[in-house]
Amino acid sequence: MERTSVKHKAGFWEVVKSLLSGLLLTWRHFRNADKRRAPVPVMDENYFKQPEGLVTLTYPYEAIPVPENGRYRLHNEIDDCIVCDLCAKICPVNCITIESVKATEEIGMTSDGTKKRLYAPVFDIDMAKCCYCGLCTTVCPTDCLTMTPVYDFSEVDIKNMIYHFTDLTPEQAEEKKQLLAKQQEEMAAAKAAALAARKQQ
Amino acid sequence: MLAFLLTLMLLLGIVIVLAYAERKVAAFMQDRLGPTEAGPYGSLQSVLDVLKLLQKEDIVPAAADKKLFKLAPILIFAAVFAGFAVIPFTPELIPTGIGIGVFYLLAIISLDVVGLLMAGWGSNNKYAMLGAMRSVAQIVSYEIPAGLAILSVVMICQSLDFQEISYQQGILLNRFPGLEFEKNWLFGIEALGINTTNIGGITTWNIFRAPLLLVAFLIYFIASLAESNRAPFDIPEAESELVAGFHVEYSGFRFAVLFLAEYSMMVLVSLVAVILFLGSWNTPLPNLTTLKFADWTTGTVGALSGILWGGFWLLSKTFVLLFLQLQIRWTYPRLRVDQLMHLCWKVLTPIALGIVLLAGIWRLLMV
Repeated sequence: MERTSVKHKAGFWEVVKSLLSGLLLTWRHFRNADKRRAPVPVMDENYFKQPEGLVTLTYPYEAIPVPENGRYRLHNEIDDCIVCDLCAKICPVNCITIESVKATEEIGMTSDGTKKRLYAPVFDIDMAKCCYCGLCTTVCPTDCLTMTPVYDFSEVDIKNMIYHFTDLTPEQAEEKKQLLAKQQEEMAAAKAAALAARKQQ
Repeated sequence: MLAFLLTLMLLLGIVIVLAYAERKVAAFMQDRLGPTEAGPYGSLQSVLDVLKLLQKEDIVPAAADKKLFKLAPILIFAAVFAGFAVIPFTPELIPTGIGIGVFYLLAIISLDVVGLLMAGWGSNNKYAMLGAMRSVAQIVSYEIPAGLAILSVVMICQSLDFQEISYQQGILLNRFPGLEFEKNWLFGIEALGINTTNIGGITTWNIFRAPLLLVAFLIYFIASLAESNRAPFDIPEAESELVAGFHVEYSGFRFAVLFLAEYSMMVLVSLVAVILFLGSWNTPLPNLTTLKFADWTTGTVGALSGILWGGFWLLSKTFVLLFLQLQIRWTYPRLRVDQLMHLCWKVLTPIALGIVLLAGIWRLLMV
């Protein structure tokens, strides 16, 4: 490849000119210091068209809005949850822990009309383990598990990163378990009685 | 004693403002915000910095030469602060008016070097030692072009008294005892026949009275940057290579004093530049026939108006130069040691010698 030499201008006045142009550059930035970059989201068409002004974002006071389909903190709307356990099964890092207790009768309807038949004494999501893949929100049949735009939720104690979504107190959960056990006992007794009656015939 | 306290208070005030301005100006030039949290627009930041430094532990390294280490910051600050004694702030106000002020200032500021070397050597730290050596080499070298530039002013003004040099550069010329019958001519040349004694303003500033002093001013300004260890001549401190140079081992109050000395040096060299070249406390506005701008913006000597106008012009010119120092710091990259010495010995010193010669000839034209 042929080498072409770059011609550098030299000499006293060229140096003076370049020194002055340097000063002019900083002066221009100083003069534009009354302008601020607007905190527009990356989707905005002006996002890359703000060459002037201060770029610092005073974060806790102002923040760039996140995209609507961004994947941040999970939230479970427990009233709409049918405790199907699909999210816990698909989770690649096993950060969702669900325990379920069958209800003795139908316990209501979700907002999209699905019947709820299970209680969830434990519905924990460990956000410290979460890899933000969003698979759980995809499989959720009632769309109760969603990703919110909240991304600033650091904690001093890592235990606080586990989010509890259950709506039952431990006492209530115990009561439901006993109710289920009682019902199953009764059903077993009824079955045994029916079996015994059939044998006698 | 009163002058001592007043000057100290004034200096502390200016340094606090300057430290804040440095951070804000730097931030604005780099498209950042700078301090925003402490007080409105972060204006209390430097006050809080000082309070923080005063609370810190005063650490003296075990291997340090303790006497030198402890004495150095005080000596450095004392040397710089002593320079303020001969600075005239207004036509009437001068901490100590002595006839050989310029000579005294040059002499007392040289003591600074001794303090720097004490700090660098006493710290028993390689970075500090390197920083001190560079600092001393640089300051001693740059005193020569700076001294020659000042010498050319002294030759034009025929005086070593800062106050007399100040009076010569404005409409108050004949108010100074001994100069009652002096006259200022345009460019200092009587043959042109334009008497500027009563026009004043910028036409009687030294850089206008003898335009070749403009070159002397540039030389002095460049050399003064080096003398106060400011960028682009900050190789003694060179954050990125020497950590902090000679004051790397200092903490708490002693560091605060070193910091204060450094900023005082910036203020002092700017004040001297203003007094010697840019008309001192004289107004930049000339009298134009019936519009007596110079008279209006000079006030009455001895009265409050005179003090306020004098102080205002002196300080505002000083702050312009200080801003320029800051802007230069955030514009130009640091020089290498050999480039630094090349600039001093092979460029500035010969030009300054030439200026001294020309200043002598110019003075002959002036009388």
